[in-house]
Amino acid sequence: MAEHTEARIPTVVADRVDIVYRVNGTGAGRGTATAALNRILRRKQAEKAAGVRRVHAVKNVSFVAYKGEAIGLIGTNGSGKSTLLKAVAGLLPVESGHIHTGGQPSLLGVNAALMSDLTGERNVYLGGLAMGMSREQVKERYQDIVDFSGINEKGDFITLPMRTYSSGMAARLRFSIAAAKDHDVLLIDEALATGDRSFQKRSEQRIRELREQAGTVFLVSHNNKSIRDTCERVLWLERGELRMDGPTEEVMKEYEAFTGDKKPAAKKPAAKKAAAGKPAAKKPAPQADAAKPGAPLPQADAPEPDAPLPQAPQPEAPKAPLPS
Amino acid sequence: MSQVLHTPPPTQAPAEDDLAALAARHGLSVSGARPSLPEYVRQLWDRRHFITAFATAKLTAQYSQAKLGQVWQVMTPLLNAAVYYFIFGVLIGTKHNVPDYVPFLVTGVFIWTFTQSSIMAGTRAISGHLGLVRALHFPRAALPISFALQQLQQLLFSMAALVVILLCFGVPVAASWLLAIPALVLQFTFNAGVSMIVARMGAKTPDLAQLMPFLLRTWMYASGVMFSISRTLEGRPEWIARLLQVNPAAVYIDLMRFALIDSFRAGSLPPHVWAAATGWAVAAGVGGFIYFWKAEETYGRG
Repeated sequence: MAEHTEARIPTVVADRVDIVYRVNGTGAGRGTATAALNRILRRKQAEKAAGVRRVHAVKNVSFVAYKGEAIGLIGTNGSGKSTLLKAVAGLLPVESGHIHTGGQPSLLGVNAALMSDLTGERNVYLGGLAMGMSREQVKERYQDIVDFSGINEKGDFITLPMRTYSSGMAARLRFSIAAAKDHDVLLIDEALATGDRSFQKRSEQRIRELREQAGTVFLVSHNNKSIRDTCERVLWLERGELRMDGPTEEVMKEYEAFTGDKKPAAKKPAAKKAAAGKPAAKKPAPQADAAKPGAPLPQADAPEPDAPLPQAPQPEAPKAPLPS
Repeated sequence: MSQVLHTPPPTQAPAEDDLAALAARHGLSVSGARPSLPEYVRQLWDRRHFITAFATAKLTAQYSQAKLGQVWQVMTPLLNAAVYYFIFGVLIGTKHNVPDYVPFLVTGVFIWTFTQSSIMAGTRAISGHLGLVRALHFPRAALPISFALQQLQQLLFSMAALVVILLCFGVPVAASWLLAIPALVLQFTFNAGVSMIVARMGAKTPDLAQLMPFLLRTWMYASGVMFSISRTLEGRPEWIARLLQVNPAAVYIDLMRFALIDSFRAGSLPPHVWAAATGWAVAAGVGGFIYFWKAEETYGRG
């Protein structure tokens, strides 16, 4: 690919990252007073006994992202995509491993800072300031943000409280605010599916611009088309493990076969059936064609020496039996 | 053709510090690491506009659904004072001990409410705003400080009402009213500091938010909000009254009464009251800030 010939500058280096959530008040000791007391008194030692559930959301993921890349993150629901993104942004602490970044990665999203009781206008200011823009910068870009969102196309809506907006309007305004800032490393979590078709076109255009300025863009999406349109490289996470890392088409083909979404490679109808047949299998279910040496390999096969597309080292890869 | 991980022999694990070395070579920094204290202060200063805008936005959003809107900013503290007047002034009869009881009570209630709400908001500053903490980058101290600032703005509304009450009850305007400004600055510093302390504790143990109202109520009754500490404890050993009087809430309340009410004379103040007020503010402000900063990188863990 083109990037190989350029001097490649890494912008994000994830070095064997594990992320663990701790959830209070679930599991074994749920609700009982003794368990709660236990939890408080013996915080470290008795975490498990006291009913603190550990959710291992991202397991041993390593990758390097370079300047000028747009990287898609795919995976079924709950596979750890958003969690990984937040860790890259430095918003979630990692359990072990390190994430090194050049510049400040930012999540594209200001939803949490906005207040639905305030007018769109005040939210533009609040959101801009929350992202770290100065008052002058917000003032300067205010008109662009409003125009881009198209909120005022049907009348003066920007001076109404945001709770009166339709969900589409609110989503458009949020995206417009978030996209108004230039970022070093930009992380986008499912933002492109908002709004009508013409707004989606505008957002894709804006993402491309941001990518030129930003250097690196990460995109989490369940919309395979927007991944294909925007990214040239894809990371596939499944159950918190990095399952594949490669050019978009290759990974997407495997992913679609895995989810039974579209017909996989036309010549492998069997693979589709196998994968679609057991989407809810409890054990990791490598897709049927994984056994074929020519196919990019899922994690379970990583040790195989002649694998054309080996994974990040997966020392704790589950020893799942391959479907034969 | 494919971009696998760019670590040398792809079939084996990368050497222990391979990726770290690559990162170091290109000058990448560890994501989400805690900045140094001076750097943290600088970042916080950069976000000062966000802090004020967030405080104002919270304050405005608070009553935006109510029909009377912002009138509630003044109504709420007044109604509070009315309830306390009815119970303590009329039913229990504390007012016979105290000259100018209504100004005395209302000042106490408003000043106490400032500290109380700042601390309550601080307890939930991180744990109640995880969405914000997990979505955006900013020095987290911005949250408790912003909430303390919101309460200060709220107090300024109350103070406007207080001035009207004072004039209605015949308290003369005096130059000493200007002393309210340094007193408020000190109290704000103290509140912000305590907010940061409880914000860190509340982030780790959200249960604190359940416990806090009881602690605060105990503190309120010990601080002479609706009675005069020295008169109520007459006949008891003096050190008890002194102890209650140097507690920060009582110090700030008494300072404000001294500033605003002519019949509340310097004799009613504990000795070295300004030193106590400054000491509490510096100790809580600086101590709370450092204590909060120490855990900066852990906020947001679920």
